[in-house]
Amino acid sequence: MSEAAVAIHGLRHTFPGSRPVEVLDGVDLEAAPGAFVSLVGPSGCGKSTLLQVLAGLLAPDAGEALIEGQSTVGEPGLAAYMPQKDLLLPWRKAIGNAVLGAEIAGEPKAEARQHALDLFERFGLAGFEESWPSQLSGGMRQRLALLRTFLIPRHVLLLDEPFGALDAITRREMHQWLQEVWASDARTVLFVTHDVEEALILSDVAYVMTPRPARMAARFEVDYPRPRRPEIVTEPEFVADKARLLAALDGASSE
Amino acid sequence: MAVEVPFLPRALPLRLGKLLGRWGGSVWEYAPALVLLAALVGLWELMVGVLDTRPYILPAPSAIWDALIDKGHLLPNHIQATATEAVLGLLAAAGGGVLLAVLIASIPLARRVLYPIIVTSQTVPAIVLAPLLMVWVGIGLESKLIVVALVGFFPIVVSTVDGLASADRDMVALVRSMGASRLEELRHVLIPSAIPGFFAGLKIAAAYSVIGAVIAEWVAAKEGLGIFIIRSQASFRIDQIFVAIAVIALLSIALFVAVHLLARVASPWKYANDQGENGS
Repeated sequence: MSEAAVAIHGLRHTFPGSRPVEVLDGVDLEAAPGAFVSLVGPSGCGKSTLLQVLAGLLAPDAGEALIEGQSTVGEPGLAAYMPQKDLLLPWRKAIGNAVLGAEIAGEPKAEARQHALDLFERFGLAGFEESWPSQLSGGMRQRLALLRTFLIPRHVLLLDEPFGALDAITRREMHQWLQEVWASDARTVLFVTHDVEEALILSDVAYVMTPRPARMAARFEVDYPRPRRPEIVTEPEFVADKARLLAALDGASSE
Repeated sequence: MAVEVPFLPRALPLRLGKLLGRWGGSVWEYAPALVLLAALVGLWELMVGVLDTRPYILPAPSAIWDALIDKGHLLPNHIQATATEAVLGLLAAAGGGVLLAVLIASIPLARRVLYPIIVTSQTVPAIVLAPLLMVWVGIGLESKLIVVALVGFFPIVVSTVDGLASADRDMVALVRSMGASRLEELRHVLIPSAIPGFFAGLKIAAAYSVIGAVIAEWVAAKEGLGIFIIRSQASFRIDQIFVAIAVIALLSIALFVAVHLLARVASPWKYANDQGENGS
């Protein structure tokens, strides 16, 4: 059996202050290499905190967070992290933003640029290589942020509600498109969302988290055949699973 | 037909502004100020004539113009000396200012140690320092350059520190998550964030740099507009002093405009939507 791409054991964290906020209360999680794993939980439950620990930006009070067996505590750069906001650098053109992570990872500039240019088409950004971020629409900015994340040469992607700010129609398109991109790439994805449908459409495994302080309330295997079309949401099996997931979420909330 | 005539004066300047394009538009904006300036100069000419003021007290604008024609050939060397001091001093102020700003913004101890000293240094007038500098480094270019740099570095430090502090924390965290070093954080996020602030400070410094150079020349110099003023005063050529004042003003404006254009070149993303191809 190969080593888990992402492994979290007994993770605890409290934000200090005059009124300390306990966010993580012993979180456990495992993601197999190449798996698409979703984290579903109510807003403000600590999902983002979890990703920040994995991104190496936040040292937890207790517990382990491992990317491919290596602890992320005080060690950023082990995974490709995409925060909630697109955070495109306004002073870099689209192509410059796309290669940022690759550049910092030490890839030769010309190579990174060529690699990015090849992907602009697939990310629906062809023709906008030389545009400034302020000239792009919300959906395009999000795709560019995702492209930047994909171009970081790491095996694990940490995506924090990448489509949270998009309208329902654009979101549906992005689901189809993300599946295609991920299928051709075979990297491990940890995907944070508060949208149950989104989690079911995209994932191999969906974790349900409790409200703050967060623990894992349930773990669901999602094994519909791929590729999954948008119509899947009306199939009885999907509707039943959605009900189970929602029940787990409600159960976790009323605990 | 008669109804359309009143619209003419309004429609004409509008179309003229359009014809002249982007630059013409801004030139047209300054037209009222230029008209007022011309009116004031006209009034000055008139008052000097009416009151019959002695030329060694207050010469008429026409007399100043004559002085410019008469002694204009002396000016290029003086202008070159003062402009060189101002530009080099400004460059030194920019270099030193940015270095100090980066130190202050990235090292808390440096902030506590340097900031109070920098603020205090601004309470010492440059004109007091100029004689000391003449003693220490001589009457050459260096002493003027230092005065200009001392006048200019303060606004640059303050606004660059503000610019560095205004950087988006989340963007810093993002590049850190990519494994960026402190230096890379500075290069990719902090410094670009500070560019608009830096140029705001540089504009103020540019506006003061010519004055700084002239003040330094007053104390001692071989060439420059400051020494030209001193000599003119000694021979009661008030008209020449006014010529120098006008040249100093034009030089300051030219430097200010140059910095403004430089800011546009250095931060193209801020002007990306001027051409009207807005994506969202």
